[in-house]
Amino acid sequence: MGGAFITLLKRDLTLAMRRRSDWLNPLVFFVIVVTLFPIGIGPDGSLLSEIAPGVIWVAALLATLLGLDGLFRDDFDDGSIEQLLLSPQPLSVLVLAKVLTHWLVAGLPLVLLSPLLALLLQLKLQAIPALLASLVLGTLTLSLIGAIGAALTVGLRRGGVLLPLLVLPLFIPVLIFGSSCVAAAAGGFAIGAQLSLLGGLFFLALALAPLAVAASLRISAES
Amino acid sequence: MTEALLQAKDICVSRGELTLIENKSFTISAGMLFQLQGDNGSGKTTLLRAMCSLIPLDKGEISWRGKLLPAAREDYFAEMCFAGHADGLKGDLTAIENLQCTLTDHTATRAECEYALEETGFTGRSDLACKVLSAGQRRRVVLARVLLSKAVLWILDEPLTALDAHGRALVGGLIEQHVSAGGSVVYSTHQALEISSHPVQTLALTS
Repeated sequence: MGGAFITLLKRDLTLAMRRRSDWLNPLVFFVIVVTLFPIGIGPDGSLLSEIAPGVIWVAALLATLLGLDGLFRDDFDDGSIEQLLLSPQPLSVLVLAKVLTHWLVAGLPLVLLSPLLALLLQLKLQAIPALLASLVLGTLTLSLIGAIGAALTVGLRRGGVLLPLLVLPLFIPVLIFGSSCVAAAAGGFAIGAQLSLLGGLFFLALALAPLAVAASLRISAES
Repeated sequence: MTEALLQAKDICVSRGELTLIENKSFTISAGMLFQLQGDNGSGKTTLLRAMCSLIPLDKGEISWRGKLLPAAREDYFAEMCFAGHADGLKGDLTAIENLQCTLTDHTATRAECEYALEETGFTGRSDLACKVLSAGQRRRVVLARVLLSKAVLWILDEPLTALDAHGRALVGGLIEQHVSAGGSVVYSTHQALEISSHPVQTLALTS
């Protein structure tokens, strides 16, 4: 079981390295959106630092959404989804490998880049650890939840618009607790509650999303 | 009496409103060659995909070694290999890389992959990305994957597509070998596949 998980992880990471645009696009989008805010709003430091948590979190959420559509698209088009479905290994475990790859190439670079963008928005330095922690938990959760939508819409030719509509309501709690975590840290308050809630959401998604994705993929492959 | 592998009982399969497969029953036992015949659109691919549990049945049941599918799915998938219309090859990976990323417990070594590619008549080019290969060469890589799977039951949808005369003869030989060794092959084809040593069971589908 572990063998197939590692094989799939390695395959998808190799593919991602050979096709950089797939994961560079969301990252560039993230940087552009965040850098446009100081330009659009003006150099008012206090205002910028106040909206920084929300801006970074909204940009991260949209960037994640941007990369989601391609999660199963290639596999579906070239028929390797059939090989995935016909594997003797549990499909939910294989799905987890795909989601993990997606996070490693789309989520992790975004998290690593966020402190730089936080400085640009004059976010208080004391909020940086909270920003990193909340983004790690949050983007992992977003990838897991988003995979359900990607699996459901992969069979549709024009699934691009439907996908955000399906998953955005489920993204909202992550956004609320994520940005409030960073805002609380910037204000000097405790962030234990927000991080616990984000952790809870992550584990809930980790437990349920792979099963939902596996079922959705089987339904999508029927067409 | 040879062992029955895959058994279908009164199965009906439909695509949308249209019922393509109606009350078909058949048994595929070890060492059996099973060919689906029918015009375009008669439901050959649909039946093959239903046999892989990729499409749900409207009615009837399919069992693998006496156990009902899809409940016995994991046992079944460990012993079968499907090659469909879409080849499932990653265009950005080379032939060998593609063969090494099959999702079974056993990852083939480079030597095994090279040997399998040789068996299918794939020449040179194993360092090239699959997207630049010709359709016939890709088909050979898919056949190499089938060989490497060590599966008992091969389900091949149009295995001869894009192959030249030499390739078709080669596929015939590989299928013959597999059946001689006690394996079974289910396939659909429009071209003549010459297999002299074994009788071929046929199932005709009409639209």
